[in-house]
Amino acid sequence: MSINRRDFLKMTVAGIAVGAFPGIAVAGSELLKKKGQRVVIVGGGFGGATAAKYIRDWSHNKVEVVLIERNAMFISCPMSNTVLGGSRKINDLTRSYDSLKKKHGVKLIQGEVTAIDPEKQTVMLSKGHLSYDRLIIAPGVDFMFDQIGGLDAKIADEKIHHAWKAGAQTVKLRKQLEAMPDGGVFAIAIPKGPYRCPPGPYERACQVAHYMKQNKPKSKVLILDANPDITSKKGLFMAAWNELYPGMVEYRPNAAVLSVDAGGMVAKTEFDDVKADVLNIIPPMKAGAVASMAGVVGADGRWCAVDFITYESKVHKNIHVIGDAVAAALPKSGHMATSQAKICAAAVIEMLQGKQPEQDPAIVNTCYSMVSDTDAVHVANVFRFNAEKQSMVSADGGGVSGKRSAEEGAFANFWLDNILDDVLG
Amino acid sequence: MIKKYLLIITCALGLALPAIHAQAEVDKHARNLAGSCAACHGTNGHSKSGMPTLAGLDRTYFVTALKEFKSGARPATVMQHHAKGYTDAEFELLADFFASQKVGKKH
Repeated sequence: MSINRRDFLKMTVAGIAVGAFPGIAVAGSELLKKKGQRVVIVGGGFGGATAAKYIRDWSHNKVEVVLIERNAMFISCPMSNTVLGGSRKINDLTRSYDSLKKKHGVKLIQGEVTAIDPEKQTVMLSKGHLSYDRLIIAPGVDFMFDQIGGLDAKIADEKIHHAWKAGAQTVKLRKQLEAMPDGGVFAIAIPKGPYRCPPGPYERACQVAHYMKQNKPKSKVLILDANPDITSKKGLFMAAWNELYPGMVEYRPNAAVLSVDAGGMVAKTEFDDVKADVLNIIPPMKAGAVASMAGVVGADGRWCAVDFITYESKVHKNIHVIGDAVAAALPKSGHMATSQAKICAAAVIEMLQGKQPEQDPAIVNTCYSMVSDTDAVHVANVFRFNAEKQSMVSADGGGVSGKRSAEEGAFANFWLDNILDDVLG
Repeated sequence: MIKKYLLIITCALGLALPAIHAQAEVDKHARNLAGSCAACHGTNGHSKSGMPTLAGLDRTYFVTALKEFKSGARPATVMQHHAKGYTDAEFELLADFFASQKVGKKH
């Protein structure tokens, strides 16, 4: 039996996990022997996986990259609303991390980070620890269940799903939609911005209405929006609701859900109690817990301030933050996370070599929303670094589709194929 | 004879080295700019889907197309939004980057 390095790595990690090496203080042991310069990345979503791949490729494999991710598989949040509409299954959005390991030499550890020591430059896992030269955290979002009375993670998992991270809850929400009687109400509660994927809830309303139109035409989608208005692609979504799903979508602005009664399936706003057959409460969000462990969350207790040349935290040196967790006037989207990840990857490589990173970053976001099974709309912007404001500012000329179209629907599908290949292929 | 060759080689190296160095610097900025294009057009412009491939595209064609997206002369769904956000000099950088990508190869 031949043992390659990857297998040996697996055996070692597994061995430590089951305590096969008695006498070793596992909490204090280095999980992987560090030889050269090492970047540890926590979180293997769009941002983290991109950073892992690009640091390997752009450093010509000179920098060691260890990616820590809690899930075995990658599931794309973009396009996951189409699972509700029925034009995709969750498996269509699921990818493995194999290419990152085999083609790009990323060392992948499936596990949970338990603590981070910014002084000793160490990440702790239950099985041991990893030391780093630079740490990139791409923790995505966590949900602030405490902001909505009667709601917690358990209830969200069992009954009142947010389905705002693609996966098990997406499938459960689809099942609730299938089980709903014709004439029922599907309520979507949107938190105040900033939240992950600004147009996502309105796209979801389209997808749910699309399913109802085919299967339960007497039913209704009720949108309870904590924001004073539709936050993204307003005219395009309103046109879709009015023209494709007339009378099926009701939109209520300034309707923050303050509490829920899971037993009676009631959502309470300041003004009234809303009973629904399916309650899809999307809670307010903050940077994922790893950001708190690293101590890089800002005074607002939610998001992380970074330098936009390097994505290095404003709090701790040698810790970079990318993706949804970043405090910025940038949309929290998958494409944006990959764009940030590449600027961060380039800067990290330069900094490890003692060189100055590029000072004039320009990045892009293109975001498609499927308003039916065939038609899509988009918003697209270039964002440039503004040295005076020390922030990313939207360049002139960005904007949304003139109208929804099947052509853009095709582009949206092409976008998904190419971005998933760029991140994981 | 040998001296003549050495002279040629020395001249060639002398000219080539700064050029290579300068190109490497330019490429990094272009590479970073081009990074954002990959979501739609594939890694380094190698599309794996129905989206147009940018890798190996003729640089004059690329610059002309981008300028026309910017002015509105060339109809588009998305590209006008992007083209307006870049300078003409950046079009040139991106054109060089994509033109230098080997077709049929990802990296």
